Parts: sequence; C-alpha cells; structure tokens
Amino acid sequence: MDGSGRRTENPGTGAVLVAVSLGGALGAVARCLAGAVPGVSETGLPWVTLLVNVSGSFLIGVLMVFAAALWPQRRLTQAFLGTGFLGGYTTFSTYAADAGMLLERGDAAAGLGYLALTLFAALAAVALGSAAASLIVRSRPVGGRR
Amino acid sequence: MSVLLVAVGAAVGAPLRYLVSRFVQARHDSAFPWGTHVVNVVGCLLIGMVGALTLPGWGMVLVVTGFLGAFTTYSTFAYETFQLAVGRRFLLAVINAAVTVAAGMGAFVLGEAIVRALTG
Repeated sequence: MDGSGRRTENPGTGAVLVAVSLGGALGAVARCLAGAVPGVSETGLPWVTLLVNVSGSFLIGVLMVFAAALWPQRRLTQAFLGTGFLGGYTTFSTYAADAGMLLERGDAAAGLGYLALTLFAALAAVALGSAAASLIVRSRPVGGRR
Repeated sequence: MSVLLVAVGAAVGAPLRYLVSRFVQARHDSAFPWGTHVVNVVGCLLIGMVGALTLPGWGMVLVVTGFLGAFTTYSTFAYETFQLAVGRRFLLAVINAAVTVAAGMGAFVLGEAIVRALTG
C-alpha cells in the first residue's frame, strides 16, 4: 500500500482468500500431475497419494518453523504456501475414499494398512521436517531469529 | 483440460476450507483442532456421495480431484496432531488422529449409503 515493499501486518480476509485460492489451485494441480488421483488398482496400494500426503506433511513441518522464525509478519505468504498450496497438494478425502475402496472389496489388510501407514509416515514426516528446519534456523548467524 | 478442471475446483475448495475451518475454530475454546476435523470429515462424506453417483469423467476430476481434494487436507491434519504432541497433549494428539481417520471412514461409507438409498 505504501510502496515501501513492507508487507502489511494484517491482510484482509479477501486478500487471504485469494492467496489460499491461488495456492490451493497450484497445489492441487501439482498433486494431479504427480498422479495422485482417486481409484485403486487391482493390486497394490495408492502409493502416489501416500507419497503426496507424506511429502506435503514434511513440507508443512519445514514451513511452519521457517514462517515463525524468519518471516512471522508475512501472513499472506503463509496463507499461500501453507493453507493454500500444501492444503491443496495434500488430500484427506482421496485418502479415505481409496482406503474405503480397498476395504469394500474385502482387502482389510491393505485398507487398514494404508490408513495406518499414511498416518504414521505423515506424522513422522512433520516431525522430521520441523526438526530439520529448526536445525537450519538455529545455525543461522545472529539476527535471524524473531 | 483436466488440469484446468482441477485448478478451478481447487480454487474454490481451498478457500472454502479456510472459511469453514475458521468458522468452526472460532466457536470453541478447546485445544482440539475442530476446524480441520470438520472439513476433513465433511469432505469424506461428500467424496462418498459423489463416488456413488455416476458423474461423467470431467465432473469427477472437477469435484473429486479438484474441489474435494483441496477442501480436505492431510498436511494441516498431520501438523496439528504433531503440535498437540509437542505441547505434551499426547492423549488429544492420539484422539485427534484416531477420531479423524475413523470419522472420515464412517462419513465416506455413510455418504455412499445415502446416495445408494436415494438412487435405488
């Protein structure tokens, strides 16, 4: 607004919605291009959707540490990358639908295994991403924090 | 073409997730991430319903891969569960993970059943 290049501290809801919408569209396209579309093959698990959800969880672990430590004032960037891009990139509905299809065709081991494997891998990925980003933030020279 | 449909669906689904999640989250004081929980469970109900309909291919891409894919989120769900654990609220973290997955699966089956009952 003032042209100084400094982001506003409190963007309006409209600006946040636009950022989330753009980020979400890009994230969903990335998920689609990665090949994570609903539907399970005759054999095997929906590995691509699993990898998308786990990699997105790793990235949100990284993002939240960087956002808090390096650019806490950039609300729109956080909305675009976190709520938008990573929210659109990862999906809970396709995860549930694919697990449901596995269970409904009587493959309980695959269905329950897929549910559990994604969950534990995603939680481990958040922890790993968060820890890795914390290490990087801490090793930065003076003035990098807060 | 389908990439465009995914982008359009997600451009609506993602901001709607933000609004619904914020609306729900503003209505309670607990540490439980109800906002994300609600969008994910509602998204599972809807994907069950849509999957039981016979939509044309482009409709599935627009609604399922685009809109519902972006309306629901795994990354925020995983992050909030992790944050509960980091804050030493281990029981809430376990409950959030278990209840979201169980409720999501229940909602998916319910969505399918509703549409099958209605369409015979």
